[in-house]
Amino acid sequence: MTDLLHVDHVSKRYAQGGVLSRDHVDAVIDADFSLNRKAPEIFTIIGESGSGKTTLARMILGLETPTSGRILFEGAPVPTTGTGRQRRAFMAKVQPVFQNPFEAFNPLKRVDRYLSSTARSFLGLTKPSDIDAAMDAALHKVGLTLAEVGGRYPHELSGGQLQRAAIARALVCNPSLLIADEPVSMVDASLRMSIVNLLKALRDDAGVTVIYITHDLATAYYISDRILIMQKGRVVETGPARVVLDAPLHPYARLLKASVLSTADAGAGRLEPSSALIAECDGLLQRADGSRLVAQADGRQVRVYG
Amino acid sequence: MNKDDALEVTSLKAYYLMNFFGITREVRAVDDITMSVRRNEIYGIAGESSSGKTTFIKVLAAAMRPPLQIVSGKVEYRFGGRTISPQSMRDDDLAELHWKHLSYIMQGSMSVLNPVRRIQQSFVDFAKRPLGLGGKAFQDRIEEHLVDLQLSPKVLRAYPHELSGGMRQRVTIGLATVCQPEFIIADEPTTALDVVVQKDVLSLLRTVQRRMGSSIVLVTHDMSVHANMADRIGIMYAGRLVEEGPTRTLFTVPKHPYTAHLVASLPRIGDTARRPALEGRPPSLADPPSGCRFHPRCPLAIDKCKTDVPPLVTVGEGHRSACWRAADVKPLMASAANPVTA
Amino acid sequence: MFSVLRDLIRYNIEFAIGLAMTCFIIAFAALSFFSPVDPTLVYTAIPDRPPSWQHWFGTNSRGQELFWLLTFAFRNTLTFGITVAVLSRIISIVVGLAAGYIGGWVDRVLMFFNDIFVAIPIFPILILFYFVLRSDLNSFTLALIMACFGWPFDARLIRSVALGLRHREFTRQALFAGMSPLKVMFQEHLPYVMPIIFATAMANMIWSIGLEVTLAVLGFTNLSIPTVGTTLYWANNHSAMIVGVWWWILIPVALIIVMFVGLFLLAVSLNEYIDPRSRLRRMGA
Repeated sequence: MTDLLHVDHVSKRYAQGGVLSRDHVDAVIDADFSLNRKAPEIFTIIGESGSGKTTLARMILGLETPTSGRILFEGAPVPTTGTGRQRRAFMAKVQPVFQNPFEAFNPLKRVDRYLSSTARSFLGLTKPSDIDAAMDAALHKVGLTLAEVGGRYPHELSGGQLQRAAIARALVCNPSLLIADEPVSMVDASLRMSIVNLLKALRDDAGVTVIYITHDLATAYYISDRILIMQKGRVVETGPARVVLDAPLHPYARLLKASVLSTADAGAGRLEPSSALIAECDGLLQRADGSRLVAQADGRQVRVYG
Repeated sequence: MNKDDALEVTSLKAYYLMNFFGITREVRAVDDITMSVRRNEIYGIAGESSSGKTTFIKVLAAAMRPPLQIVSGKVEYRFGGRTISPQSMRDDDLAELHWKHLSYIMQGSMSVLNPVRRIQQSFVDFAKRPLGLGGKAFQDRIEEHLVDLQLSPKVLRAYPHELSGGMRQRVTIGLATVCQPEFIIADEPTTALDVVVQKDVLSLLRTVQRRMGSSIVLVTHDMSVHANMADRIGIMYAGRLVEEGPTRTLFTVPKHPYTAHLVASLPRIGDTARRPALEGRPPSLADPPSGCRFHPRCPLAIDKCKTDVPPLVTVGEGHRSACWRAADVKPLMASAANPVTA
Repeated sequence: MFSVLRDLIRYNIEFAIGLAMTCFIIAFAALSFFSPVDPTLVYTAIPDRPPSWQHWFGTNSRGQELFWLLTFAFRNTLTFGITVAVLSRIISIVVGLAAGYIGGWVDRVLMFFNDIFVAIPIFPILILFYFVLRSDLNSFTLALIMACFGWPFDARLIRSVALGLRHREFTRQALFAGMSPLKVMFQEHLPYVMPIIFATAMANMIWSIGLEVTLAVLGFTNLSIPTVGTTLYWANNHSAMIVGVWWWILIPVALIIVMFVGLFLLAVSLNEYIDPRSRLRRMGA
């Protein structure tokens, strides 16, 4: 089994409404990709709100069950909720980092509490000195120390430090897969790059595969190996990151790139919205049911309609 | 700073003075700011969390509540030939000022629009009194305004949750501009929006501004928004204004190490060169560092920076910087192999 | 701990007054351990004597010295109130946290029982118990019964806090840090629930003592046990106000008022102190 993670034609449908009228929302439609165990990479999922990227992340973490298709982690289906042995073994290898660093820790409790709990539950350590060593090691990986963080409450640390502490908590049990859901969108600009650089270092030095979920194309360009672009639950384009972002093929991908505010020509203020592209994308959404992904020569897949 | 400026802020100091269980805390959120905004210009205020920018716009919008109070300095607006100082006005006069001459675009559109009232009602609540029109004249005016914003008048009959995020933000802009105020304060107007919608909303905001000839103070931490919207930018750090100048100048030849870092740390599509990151964390406004507040994180810091507060001095055409070593600041990404040396 | 107490006394006038009043009543009740007279005996002193240096609170028509009688009465009443408060807090915390956090059918079943207990009228049930148990109805049994009725409202309050907390990000983080649901409920969420517990504990005490007094005055409890309620019953029975033995009614009522006001002030000031938001503000967030 060379696959670390295999998302196999996964869909998620939420039912709405009462007894007499059932409606549904298709959050994710037929998502399919896999991550190789041997080669750690940063796999980016790009999408706006309503694209289904967060639902997909929740399914990979086992917080939701797919309506159809399956998700395999190291060959076995992802165990969902519960605290059984399988689930704990899974959680020891797959850890999340969420968007809001200020909410990641209980404001009334000290920050190192979650780190020591992770060490105790997944590494099976009991002696305080062992637990401290494991925490310090994880904190070092993110550029913090136990001396700096130990005994502090969340409000005593900055957003950047908190997010790094949250990443350290995820790293305590040496996971093979890190799911980072918009990890830098709520962090100050001056601290943002240190965290993005950290994700890069995790891939290069610690051999951790990272699924980086974001709406920010610029940071995605900067660190990703492969990229997956989602629109309203469907994958519209996927492939090697630079290939896709340098010259996107699908209209939605082109629209995203055109909408990014660049600082290249500061002060000139080019703000004309790409109305033609927007209209084209709306049109494509209507015809989405009959579309499918087609592989291209340069290694990417693009959704084709008709 | 000349008589024609729409807004003039002089040596403004606004602190939060709090007393809990015998512990007094003085949070120096706005510490001696002097700046002005001209007519028909978009002035961007860039700053991160705990830079004091939120407090600053609360003072500008005359929306202060205890424990926030102005300790010294003044804020003056010039509308229609008169000079108005909001902090010395009574509440009734302030109500007259609000919306007709000075309006506010807030961050979350859902917090502005009452979720249980239709859009039409929100317009009536906000704009009817300032506009001073009745019945049909009022209705015609708001429908005409909505069309200018590329919204169908049918939007008036909808509830806020029935509209998309982008449409709601456009309605919020519509609410803030329907009385054609001379001065608009926009607080993170596009932060919660998707990137496609964001461009659309910003473009609209600028079109409206150019058409009305009003001044906008645009507050956001997102430098790429400033790069495309602002005519001039003021960078706030720890309650102080550290650099101010035309947009292009700040992005190409910044003269403050903090600005240089902010500009250089923005990743761009098409460029995978390693981006520098700043050490340390933004200081607490209750206990800021002595001297220049940026010195603990500054790669150019010298002994003088720890003791003396650098004044905001002119370093170029319409360009001011508060740094003892402004002349030594070089753009960080112009040559990645040549970082700023101490 | 002591620095906290000192800060509260110095800066929060409500706390200081509340603490003073409550301590006064507790000290008064504690005096019962040093009583030279047995409160269950009658006609041990000359009846109907007004307050004097010999008998500080005077004597009642049954020939009992009021001072020592009241120390016992308050001791019994306070013990009763605290027992009810503690027992019903335990039930409401367990039910509220479990229903809010676990949700699903557990929530539905627990709230079903909760609503039943809310709907049942307490007073007729208590009278029913009295008629069934008669003299077997001692303080502890009554406390047990009232604890079973005192939890529903507060359980719902706690449940709503728990529901809000369940969706916060640190709860998810705690689960991924390996904490079991039990640990999450009682270590992560309980601090948020503490203000409710404190405030409702005091309210609960006031409610249960008030109910006990009402039952006793009407004669529906074991009248030989000295409690505040039974004191008032006997005073009523002997038409104390009409006869002119005003101290028999006024002094217990005055002391009860001191106790209730003291408890209320404590609850209000402690509540403000324990509230997570004010705690965060004090920590400097």
